[in-house]
Amino acid sequence: MTAEIDPRASSQSPEDFASQWRLIWFAFRRHRLAMTGVVIVLLFYFVGAFAEILAPYDPNSASSKDIYHPPQMVHFIDYDDDNGWSFGPYVVAMNAERDPFTLQTTYTESPDEKIYLDFFAKGQPYELWGIIPMERHFLTTEDPNQRFFLIGADRLGRDMLSRTIYGTRISMSIGLIGVSMSLLLGLILGGISGYWGGRVDMLIQRVVELVISLPTIPIWLGLSAALPQDWSPITRYFAITIILSLVAWTELARVVRGRFLALRTEDFVTAARLDGCRPRRVIFRHIMPSLVSHIIASVSLAVPVMIIAETSLSFLGLGLTPPTISWGVLLKEAQNVRTMSQAPWLFAPGAAVCIAVLALNFLGDGLRDAADPYAQDNN
Amino acid sequence: MLFAYILRRMVWAVPLLFAVSLIAFALISAPPGDYITSFAATLSQSGDIVDQARLDALRERYGLDQPFIVQYFQWITGVVQGDFGISFEWQQPVGQLIWERMALSVTLALSTLVFTWAVALPIGIYSAVRKYSIGDYIFTTIGFIGLATPNFLFALVLMYVAVAYFGADVSGLFSQQYQDAPWSFAKLVDLAKHIWIPVVILGTSATASLVRVMRANLLDELHRPYVTTARAKGLSEWRLILKYPVRIAINPFVSTIGWAFPQLISGAVITAFVLSLPTAGPLMLQALLAQDMYLAGAFILLLCCLSVVGMLVSDILLAVIDPRIRFR
Repeated sequence: MTAEIDPRASSQSPEDFASQWRLIWFAFRRHRLAMTGVVIVLLFYFVGAFAEILAPYDPNSASSKDIYHPPQMVHFIDYDDDNGWSFGPYVVAMNAERDPFTLQTTYTESPDEKIYLDFFAKGQPYELWGIIPMERHFLTTEDPNQRFFLIGADRLGRDMLSRTIYGTRISMSIGLIGVSMSLLLGLILGGISGYWGGRVDMLIQRVVELVISLPTIPIWLGLSAALPQDWSPITRYFAITIILSLVAWTELARVVRGRFLALRTEDFVTAARLDGCRPRRVIFRHIMPSLVSHIIASVSLAVPVMIIAETSLSFLGLGLTPPTISWGVLLKEAQNVRTMSQAPWLFAPGAAVCIAVLALNFLGDGLRDAADPYAQDNN
Repeated sequence: MLFAYILRRMVWAVPLLFAVSLIAFALISAPPGDYITSFAATLSQSGDIVDQARLDALRERYGLDQPFIVQYFQWITGVVQGDFGISFEWQQPVGQLIWERMALSVTLALSTLVFTWAVALPIGIYSAVRKYSIGDYIFTTIGFIGLATPNFLFALVLMYVAVAYFGADVSGLFSQQYQDAPWSFAKLVDLAKHIWIPVVILGTSATASLVRVMRANLLDELHRPYVTTARAKGLSEWRLILKYPVRIAINPFVSTIGWAFPQLISGAVITAFVLSLPTAGPLMLQALLAQDMYLAGAFILLLCCLSVVGMLVSDILLAVIDPRIRFR
């Protein structure tokens, strides 16, 4: 048998024999904004995963002498009096003075007093993920009795940085868990709708239309107001996640249905059916693989919507509530103008929300472009 | 043909409205306990003696001891006749409390929609025609940031900037002297002076996504042969663009009323709360927290109806400007 070589197969560019996933990766890698997005998103999840280590303090440890303590800058090079220098991160201590008439506390730097910091020094003991007992923090004061505030303190003197870091865990995870739930709903209902069509499709589509035409926030508010007040934080967390995903599944269901409708009439699906495959095999073995990339892209665009929704609900006091810490719960503290002008650093969690959402949007956009086989190659 | 389509679409809105009312009522009767329970709790907290017979009488008077379906039926027949029930907290008919607030909510949503269009259309066209120019990059960046910022956060930052740097208070919709004044031309002018802040806050994210849609659609059209033909025939560039590709690319603008309207109403709830606007949102929130069920229910129902109607209007408009839809 003489091997006839197809001339098209002889070019050696890696794109010519790459799998679909590799092709997506090649396209994605060229998308610079999306790559930045990935890095930032991974960073956020890393922070969320190792919140206990990265946070300098326990987020709930209050300190009555540090109420609304302003942010301090870290100096890395320590100059001593005779012009020598050494590496030793420190912050300049701040002293509180209380105005006898207005009772307002003002903080002034006292340049002689330095609070030295250390990486992986021993601080307040904690349990990593609730199991592993540890006491080293990524960056904390050398002297465990001193405190420093990189982005300030709140009205009870709790460290905003630690609180924002712990909030990352809740806010970023609620996005993921909520989206997985709505993905499940969307996949099942969208799949049924698109695969069987006919009357079932009709019914499900009407439900989707109904849900889409509802204004989400009043519905979310109504649902969360219906939650019993005496639930434990963890039950409430899951309840809120379910509420968020109840409204958010429609978009995914529409994507899935559209793809199913398009793929149902493709030759390879017809062939599989004629070969006697049962619906389950046709769906999971033949249709699903060509859906996955689209689904991933829509999912990554749904996560930021979830995060904003959670933040908004908690901000109104109807989502998560203290002692749970999420970005929305933290922003609730910055609700009135007086507090804001006194302690603008309470906005820090808001900046976290914006950056996370922006990064997730870039990531999702890049994925969507990369996963689309018909996208025009601009390069 | 067009008429048949509009009729069909309107008939379909009826079951939709019914479903919406059912959802609204289910939502407000979902919380465990009712207003009487929380009323009793408040009474005993303030040291009053709680008389069980009086509570039962109250419950019976408001029909709170009836099964769900009966309560719903009583409620909805009242609503159809314009009677929304009684607000427990305010001890007033709900109808007296909501209409002015609803009117302000609708005004706010409509002004935002107009603002969104007025800003998004020229920017979208500019971004597509001058693709990858500095202006395009600037608008894209602003747009991305606008999309990523939750409305309430934007409102907070704006309030902070106004207070900290300009010493101005940007909350509310009216100046103090007009707050309780009857409607007059001067009050209207005062409203116009205040409304642009919530309009900008609410409109930013919708504008950002509209610009993106407009830009993408127009980019698809700009390289079509008919554009080249028109250009070859010597039509001036701007006239050509505005007359042909823009007309096709503008379709999604109309359909956005459909999704933008529910979103605007949604977003307005939180923004109104932050800026303490006298619109529907803050009162609804308060009613939900106090389990003032008929007041909360009326707001949820009306806000939902508003989005259903918005969707209807957008579908009809779309059919009017695009014949492909009504012949499908």
